[in-house]
Amino acid sequence: MATKPRDDTDMIAGLLLMAAAAFFGWQTAGLEIGTSLRMGPGYFPMVLSGLLFLLGVLVFLKSFGRTGEPMGPVAWRGMLFILPAPVFFGLTVRGLGFVPALFFTALIASQASARMRPLPALVLAVLVTIISTLIFSYGLGLPFRRVGPWLDF
Amino acid sequence: MELLSNLGLGFSVASSFANLGFCLIGVLLGTLIGVLPGIGATATIAMLLPITFQLEPVSSLIMLAGIYYGAQYGGSTTAILINMPGESSSAVTAIDGYQMARKGRAGTALATAALGSFFAGTVATFLVAIFAPPLTAIALEFGAAEYFSLMVLGLVMSVALAHGTVLKALAMVILGLLLGIVGTDIYTGTPRFTLGITQFADGLNFVALAVGVFGIAEILRNLEDEHERQVMTRNINRLFPSGPELRQIIGPVLRGTGVGSVLGILPGGGAILASFASYTLEKKLSKHPEEFGHGAIAGVAGPESANNAGAQTSFIPLLTLGIPANPVMALMIGAMIIQGIVPGPGVVTEQPDLFWGIIASMWIGNLMLVVLNLPLIGLWVKLLTVPYYVLFPIIMAMCSIGVYSVNSNVYDLFAVAFFGFLGYVLSKLRFEPAPLLLGFVLGPLLEENLRRAMILSRGDPTTFVTRPISAGLLVLALAVLVLVFLPQIRKRREEVFTESDG
Repeated sequence: MATKPRDDTDMIAGLLLMAAAAFFGWQTAGLEIGTSLRMGPGYFPMVLSGLLFLLGVLVFLKSFGRTGEPMGPVAWRGMLFILPAPVFFGLTVRGLGFVPALFFTALIASQASARMRPLPALVLAVLVTIISTLIFSYGLGLPFRRVGPWLDF
Repeated sequence: MELLSNLGLGFSVASSFANLGFCLIGVLLGTLIGVLPGIGATATIAMLLPITFQLEPVSSLIMLAGIYYGAQYGGSTTAILINMPGESSSAVTAIDGYQMARKGRAGTALATAALGSFFAGTVATFLVAIFAPPLTAIALEFGAAEYFSLMVLGLVMSVALAHGTVLKALAMVILGLLLGIVGTDIYTGTPRFTLGITQFADGLNFVALAVGVFGIAEILRNLEDEHERQVMTRNINRLFPSGPELRQIIGPVLRGTGVGSVLGILPGGGAILASFASYTLEKKLSKHPEEFGHGAIAGVAGPESANNAGAQTSFIPLLTLGIPANPVMALMIGAMIIQGIVPGPGVVTEQPDLFWGIIASMWIGNLMLVVLNLPLIGLWVKLLTVPYYVLFPIIMAMCSIGVYSVNSNVYDLFAVAFFGFLGYVLSKLRFEPAPLLLGFVLGPLLEENLRRAMILSRGDPTTFVTRPISAGLLVLALAVLVLVFLPQIRKRREEVFTESDG
């Protein structure tokens, strides 16, 4: 059975736009719309959500009847380790303090590449931590606690 | 001469020992990150932005300007040496620059790019100094309706100049506008789209969005496929162009400067258009058009000059109207707002030292690039051979510190991760992030001016078309929109972008 040509990328893109528009539209629901003379907080966002939805529909409809380029490889490993790095830093910078939080952040991020060996990763994380601490904490004097309350005994 | 005394004031500010130092650090850091393959000027600036926030406003903006030029130059370096332009504006340089490098003329190509940029930068700096003050006088006449229409024009232009389909670029603008609205409504104090998280009451952090969508998404893209890079380092010839070569580049540099200066003022990303326009122009004028695409020196000199001139003159709408012309200027505006400066016509009268200091530092930044970076080319080339997996953990650590240092807000770090993910998904779906950033920055301004204009006109929407300047701007915006949807133009536009991608 021959499948009809379809640009999968654009189809997903269209659906995603519609979903985003629906989310913003739903969030606008509780806001006062107002009149065009005195626009309420909901007026502008509502118009934008509507436009975004319309564009999503158009992108979606246009994806049929032609084939697009394939999406290419996806950086799963990259996402798995790169994205948690700043989150980890955010969760621990107050508790553990700047120095340990940064060390682990660099270590987590370094795992995103399959080419990174454990020992070089450790050395790199240590170096990054030392240099950043010297520059940002001592040099620029950013007001971070170097070692946080979780490590006070 | 008022111009001279103003410039004198600027140079006295910019050439203070500390500010020279910051400019130098900015240029070096900008080049350092900018030469990382695939990372363009916007991503570089986004990642380095937080570092400047610890400084006082003038120094911070001077350093930022230094980062900007450094990043641009770094982008050209990777375009020439490994055919990996970080940004569409240096994509044109890659066409002939990389071919020159393959023929063993990498040094000449790099020096041509640097010299052309310096010349263009010098001319354009003067243009900014001459034209910015009178334009602020006009800008002071602008009311809410005019600002609204101008921003609409800027957003439409950014759509027209974005890669990919027009529909998707439009969607990005609107998504950006919506994200820009997150936070407390200025008129009523109602929280909007905050999901009940009080940390987002002041809006989403601009730095978090820029670092995520540009920086982290870029890193993820580079991690997709970790292949060895082909660096043209074995045969970097002598740097300085020979006599005949110099004669060959004078024309393209002059024309490129002219084209770039004019197009750079256009809102919506004129600098990108400038390098395309210059390349096309040189190809048309050349006696040997067949050389283009195979290492024509004019194909490097012209677009690089145009690009730099455009980059410089795009400061004009920013400094006079407070309207960013491209994503980089959007980053600049974000930096200014964080520093407590309201960009717009008021800056030149209220903070002349800041205004003229920035203008003078543009030129100093360009000078430093030539003086320092030409001898340092060897170092930058070595940097290209550093494996990517060593670089990105460092970048991630810097991003985390940087974003956190802006407000010491932990939620900003979560936002970075979210926007990094979003940026990556968007790029996989072939959405262009530049209009999103522009929409994000302009969102609150656009809404504020729309609402103010409607109140001033007592609810009469015709105010946008009955006020002549506003009507003119809207007609222009409509014309651009109609143009990009016309079948012939659309086809041509796609061809141009495919050419640059190739």
